[in-house]
Amino acid sequence: MPEATLLANPVKKQIRIALRNCGVINPETIDEYIGKDGYFALGKVLTGLTPAEAIKVIKDSGIRGRGGAGFPTGLKWEFASKNNSDQKYVVCNADEGDPGAFMDRSILEGDPHSVLEAMALCGYCIGANTGYIYIRAEYPLAIERLKIAISQAREYGFLGNSVFGTGFDFDIHLKYGAGAFVCGEETSLIHSMEGLRGEPTLKPPFPAESGYLGKPTNVNNVETYANIPVIFLKGAAWFSGIGTEKSKGTKVFALAGKVNNVGLIEVPMGVTLREVIYEIGGGIRDGKAFKAVQTGGPSGGCLTEKDLDIPIDYENLIACGSMMGSGGMIVMDEDDCMVSIAKFFLDFSVEESCGKCSPCRIGNKRLYELLERICTGKGEMKDIDRLRNLSEVIKDTSLCGLGQSSPNPVLSTLDNFYHEYISHVEDKKCTAGVCRDLMEYFIVEDNCVGCTACARACPVGAITGERKEIHLINLEICIKCGACMEKCKFDAVILK
Amino acid sequence: MNLVKLTIDGKKVEVPAGTTIYKAAKELGIDIPILCYMDLKDLNIENKPGGCRICSVEVEGRKNLAPSCSTDVAEGMEVRTNTMRVINARRTVMELIISDHPKDCLSCAKSGSCDLQDMAIRLGIREIPGQEYAEMSTYRLDTSPSIIRDLDKCIMCRRCETMCNDFQTVGALHAVNRGFQAVVAPAFEMNLEHSPCTYCGQCVAVCPTGALTEVDHTGKVIAALNDPSKTVVVQTAPAVRAALGEEFGMKAGTLVTGKMVTALRQLGFDYVFDTDFAADLTIMEEGAELLGRLTRFLEGDKDVKLPILTSCCPGWVNFFEYNFPEMKEIPSTARSPQQMFGSIAKSYFAEKIEIDRKDMVVVSIMPCLAKKYECQREEFMVDGNPDVDISISTRELAHLIKQANLDLVRMDEEDFDKPMGESSGAGVIFGVTGGVIEAATRTAYEIYTGKSLEKVDFEQLRGVDGIRSASVDFDGQEINIGIAHGLRNARKLLEEIKEGKSHYHAIEIMACPGGCIGGGGQPLHHGDASILKARTKAIYEEDRNKPIRKSHENPYIKKLYEEFLGEPLSEKAHELLHTHYFDKRKKIFQV
Repeated sequence: MPEATLLANPVKKQIRIALRNCGVINPETIDEYIGKDGYFALGKVLTGLTPAEAIKVIKDSGIRGRGGAGFPTGLKWEFASKNNSDQKYVVCNADEGDPGAFMDRSILEGDPHSVLEAMALCGYCIGANTGYIYIRAEYPLAIERLKIAISQAREYGFLGNSVFGTGFDFDIHLKYGAGAFVCGEETSLIHSMEGLRGEPTLKPPFPAESGYLGKPTNVNNVETYANIPVIFLKGAAWFSGIGTEKSKGTKVFALAGKVNNVGLIEVPMGVTLREVIYEIGGGIRDGKAFKAVQTGGPSGGCLTEKDLDIPIDYENLIACGSMMGSGGMIVMDEDDCMVSIAKFFLDFSVEESCGKCSPCRIGNKRLYELLERICTGKGEMKDIDRLRNLSEVIKDTSLCGLGQSSPNPVLSTLDNFYHEYISHVEDKKCTAGVCRDLMEYFIVEDNCVGCTACARACPVGAITGERKEIHLINLEICIKCGACMEKCKFDAVILK
Repeated sequence: MNLVKLTIDGKKVEVPAGTTIYKAAKELGIDIPILCYMDLKDLNIENKPGGCRICSVEVEGRKNLAPSCSTDVAEGMEVRTNTMRVINARRTVMELIISDHPKDCLSCAKSGSCDLQDMAIRLGIREIPGQEYAEMSTYRLDTSPSIIRDLDKCIMCRRCETMCNDFQTVGALHAVNRGFQAVVAPAFEMNLEHSPCTYCGQCVAVCPTGALTEVDHTGKVIAALNDPSKTVVVQTAPAVRAALGEEFGMKAGTLVTGKMVTALRQLGFDYVFDTDFAADLTIMEEGAELLGRLTRFLEGDKDVKLPILTSCCPGWVNFFEYNFPEMKEIPSTARSPQQMFGSIAKSYFAEKIEIDRKDMVVVSIMPCLAKKYECQREEFMVDGNPDVDISISTRELAHLIKQANLDLVRMDEEDFDKPMGESSGAGVIFGVTGGVIEAATRTAYEIYTGKSLEKVDFEQLRGVDGIRSASVDFDGQEINIGIAHGLRNARKLLEEIKEGKSHYHAIEIMACPGGCIGGGGQPLHHGDASILKARTKAIYEEDRNKPIRKSHENPYIKKLYEEFLGEPLSEKAHELLHTHYFDKRKKIFQV
């Protein structure tokens, strides 16, 4: 059994659909999956529904893509089913790449059969008999478990020729990715599968028209697939009864940051950020004040107190300047500098841009340079204007979702924490105390006992003072290495 | 045809479905700026990665801007190409591109013919905000025998990649790295020399900036002409005379043979000769080889290798050495005209004028960049002294002429020097696709049948299709001929041979579109086939106007055999005029 990567105590507000079997069954034993009604949906659909009827169930359930964009899954399947071709493909996007996100990994490691079953269902619906799971090679355990699951499913006749004796053939193979974030974008993913450079191309044509090897291809994310068998078993009405008007079912989030309980959570659409952070997450660590929550991974936005009571769904998150993304959720407290946070996320986008289109390739780099200037005290007011204009142009002109959303952390912090930018630029102060270049070391007279430890530790001789007398740091000489603060046993050295 | 109605900048237009916004706007006379996009319509090559984003426009109802080069029109679409949102985005993107581009325009090889420079002028770019602290992406300079890659200037338009992969199927250039360091380079960022690059130069021909340029040897030519101890001999390839005029504002297809000769003489070359002479010589040798193999084949010899492949094009030679080395016995062993010329100039002619070959400098003017590499091949040297010392392109010659304040347009017309300046019409048509094989046919037919040709024009061998086939009746014996230009097409014919499906006796292959007239060293044609057609026409015109149309009738060739070589394929001819090929497949990416 795997170590449960989930919350130790699945507290209230959670409903587990995608994660239903994770940590509950032994993922290496197909019988345990079957014991949880596994492959019943496949049997039921293959023997009782036409592909069109089955697609209607998915459409009626209202489920939307869990990879980030939130495109209606049933509609996607319908497009792929309507394109005639001698060969079609079902692809599972397991190129999970958001830093700190591990929803897909947990599902693949904890319940691989649910994805296989869903892919076979999708194959039946769209008329494909080959499936590929595009999985990053850095997920060795998930790969191992998928291999075991595939071979067991073949043995049981759930994959291979004439599944359930119905004459429907379906088999699944693995394709390994090298971990490029942009390969989570479906056209990039398909190019990578084909052995080409992992970079996006313009849509249309959509994969449903011309995908892997030019054939109609349906690409869904791991979490989306994990929902599918349950929808067929419990019905579209049951699923659409959960969630909000336009966002149905549940969403798995990787709750992280400054909350007491971190880990994977699965909540119905429509819960509020406040419920997630305070009830499930147990509130902010160490009693500190909540400052912001970033949703949607590296290219999501930072939301504030005013957004905490908005029901979480695709539209609401976009309306307040962030997005659902694949489900990253990072909570920040009063000690976090929002300019540094924006820089941190942008660093990721700079690193992961494929370099194909100029606004993303060069623009994100320039955004990062501007933030770096501001964080090191070199920023000017015109830099803030440039940040905004550049961010908007990058969003407006980039080729794929990466560039179209990478400036979100900048724009949302500019909107919600403008004063922090101003204090960095005008006052050269980082109020959260994060940007080292904007801070200075001081000795608190009341605490200094004149032990000389700090002066002896200072590598540049910036600290003066007689034994048993109050010491002083010469800020002109100080290189801000922090050695004095580390040595002082009396909390007399402070940074502000 | 399905027509689509849309509005662009308030003007209504109706275009066929599948048209891009960019092309629809053109119909209305609205010229949306483009940078990475390239449409070599007539070569069936389109590069539209949608990468630069300069052509972005606003489409009503769409969240973000649309790249007009690669977005198809839709019924009722409302497009705006000039809103402040678009203009701001376009300028900002342009500033971004320039922020990562060197500012050494004054000494850049492409200055004045740079698409990026033109765009900066058009968009009125005056300053690059934040340039003083903007990091630049930098790369190692790569100098190969033919091509210089200065990737600091690469803007990732991917045009070179399209030519190298789609048009030539060479596969030397691809996008590598990601993000800010993304650039087009050989795999593993190796140098071009270690890649399967053929030096065809089609990448250079389409590069919008100074990222890919030819190795410029004009300085070496000036130095040689300045050296009183050297006798400097120049040879000019057939395709040069049909294109050089374009660099001086003359209409495409204007023949400038006589003017070019005068200009070369005024530049100070001691002997102005013609590569066409060597082309005639090539026909003597290659024709004899073809007839030899053919006769043996017809007599039932099963070991004879057919089809015979032409070997004049150095890009093509490189291509098969990398890609089809197992077939290296098939091509004719005849050296290319450039190399035959150098070999004869430094032996026969040097003896005639009584100088040591080391005191002679042979300069070639070529429409080609691969020729720069070819003349540096070791097998074309005698004791380290190359048969051809310096090879410069048509474009480089134009620069030389301009530097010497010579006005080509008003230049008098003079004749080439004798003996190596005399040529037949057959030598001239080497410059176009199908020309070499037509020239060979004229000679081979007469020698094989013993009859004189009534009509020397073999129209069935001419044309512009990438792959053509024709048969010629050699007095009852059908000779099947294949012709390909563009290495993608060559590859198809080679694959056929490999699979044993080829029915050809002889195949002519040229690496560049249209043959040498579309070479990588020619004035840029930007994919305009009408320019290529005009150059082709000029070449055939020169052929028609020649008193001698067949290589074996060239009196100076006859004399060369009488006085020096003996007969085609003689021992001396083998030593001076033939070569052998190498298996270079294993050399790819081996340092």
